[in-house]
Amino acid sequence: MEQYAYAVSRIKAREAFLLSMQDLEQVLSSDTIEEAKRVLSDKGFDGNGEVKDTEELLKKETEKIWSFIWELVEDKSVFDVFLLRNDYHNLKAALKADYMNLDMDSLYLDYGTVDKDVIKKAVKDKDALMLPEDMRETYEKAQSVLLKTGDGQLCDIIVDKACLEAIKTAGDKSEDEMIKKYAELYVALSDIKIAVRGNKLRKSADFFNMALAKCDTLDVDALVKNSLKGAEELYDYLKGTAYSGAVEALSESYSAFEKWCDNLIVDHIKKQKYNAFTLGPIASYIVARENEIKAVRIILSGISNDLSSESVRERLRDMYV
Amino acid sequence: MTLGVALAIAGAVIAAVMSGIGSAKGVGMAGQAAAGVCTEDPNKFGKVLILQLLPGTQGIYGLLIAFITLSQIGILGGNPESLSLYEGIAYFVACLPMAFVGLWSAISQGKTAVAGIQLTAKNPDQMGKGMIFAAMVETYAILALLVSILAIFGI
Repeated sequence: MEQYAYAVSRIKAREAFLLSMQDLEQVLSSDTIEEAKRVLSDKGFDGNGEVKDTEELLKKETEKIWSFIWELVEDKSVFDVFLLRNDYHNLKAALKADYMNLDMDSLYLDYGTVDKDVIKKAVKDKDALMLPEDMRETYEKAQSVLLKTGDGQLCDIIVDKACLEAIKTAGDKSEDEMIKKYAELYVALSDIKIAVRGNKLRKSADFFNMALAKCDTLDVDALVKNSLKGAEELYDYLKGTAYSGAVEALSESYSAFEKWCDNLIVDHIKKQKYNAFTLGPIASYIVARENEIKAVRIILSGISNDLSSESVRERLRDMYV
Repeated sequence: MTLGVALAIAGAVIAAVMSGIGSAKGVGMAGQAAAGVCTEDPNKFGKVLILQLLPGTQGIYGLLIAFITLSQIGILGGNPESLSLYEGIAYFVACLPMAFVGLWSAISQGKTAVAGIQLTAKNPDQMGKGMIFAAMVETYAILALLVSILAIFGI
């Protein structure tokens, strides 16, 4: 039980520096992107306001989360639910880089359950055996689709579904209730997003079956069936699930729905704030920092695109602190 | 040496050992949390040290009970009394409140101290409250100490 006392204490000390809604308001009130970055650097973001590229700044912040978490826990596998996304992102990048014969080094993410260089090399050498067992089939399927059709989107769908399935499996394996629930929420909400988008674009049953991953709180077959019928039927089905709040958010706008999804996850992790000895606060910190980076991305892109403060504010998620 | 003396010594040893184990666990747990806070902010050393030390008192109480018991039965003076079996059992039982409550309260206090340390890490101004929460657990260790002392002196 004591094994997380040290880690959680470090997390608590860092939580004091998470951005609050007031901090975000301060960033939002900046007139220029440079000014916003200077405010962010005062709040602990990298680069003293001098990092020109926003994506580079945010990538550095994401890497800071993981380099910190790496110091805290010996068994990194407990965070597989978070890291698997990076693995599958790297797989997509490697597949496309190989197909287009380009070097896309800046696209790879550093922290995953598999080293990004291993994924790069495996795809380049077309050696599936270098990849973890769970990833091999996905790689072979996605690569053959990409070679046969040249359809990058189809390749993404295959890899994204495999990613969701891997997250669900990692969640089920985890002994931590918070991580189990996070994985379930992540997969279910991703499925709903896919269903809503697919429904709007009038996608076929094949698309839904190829993209949707199984989870415990949604009946995927019913989701496919109702997504094919129409928006009303899809909303009616969602009303009868644990995600009925999605319908109200969707009736407002798609961005309100995305905000609702993120808030649902933050609400779930907030419950772990006061567990002094479990993995929960560490996992919560990861989600909180990711949420913070997402909020900063929304604000910075809002400023650089001259959007009104009001419309940016609408899109901002609830903060953890 | 009689069986009574042996039982009384066993009681003293159990009080010291169990309270000591509890305190070691409690202080150790709080120490890990304190080290975590100091890694992030070394200036909080003084504040978290106080919280870390709180679960250490049960070990001292256990030592006190052991000391009083050994003194009462003359072991410390090098002149052990010849206690009857019933007197030995009485000393043994008198040491038990401190032994058991010392063990459990020190571990519980350690957990509360960890939470207090984490509270201090996030809100340094709230350290006093963290201390009060941990000190509440102390009440029950003091009550057990009192019962053991009264029982030992009453034999």
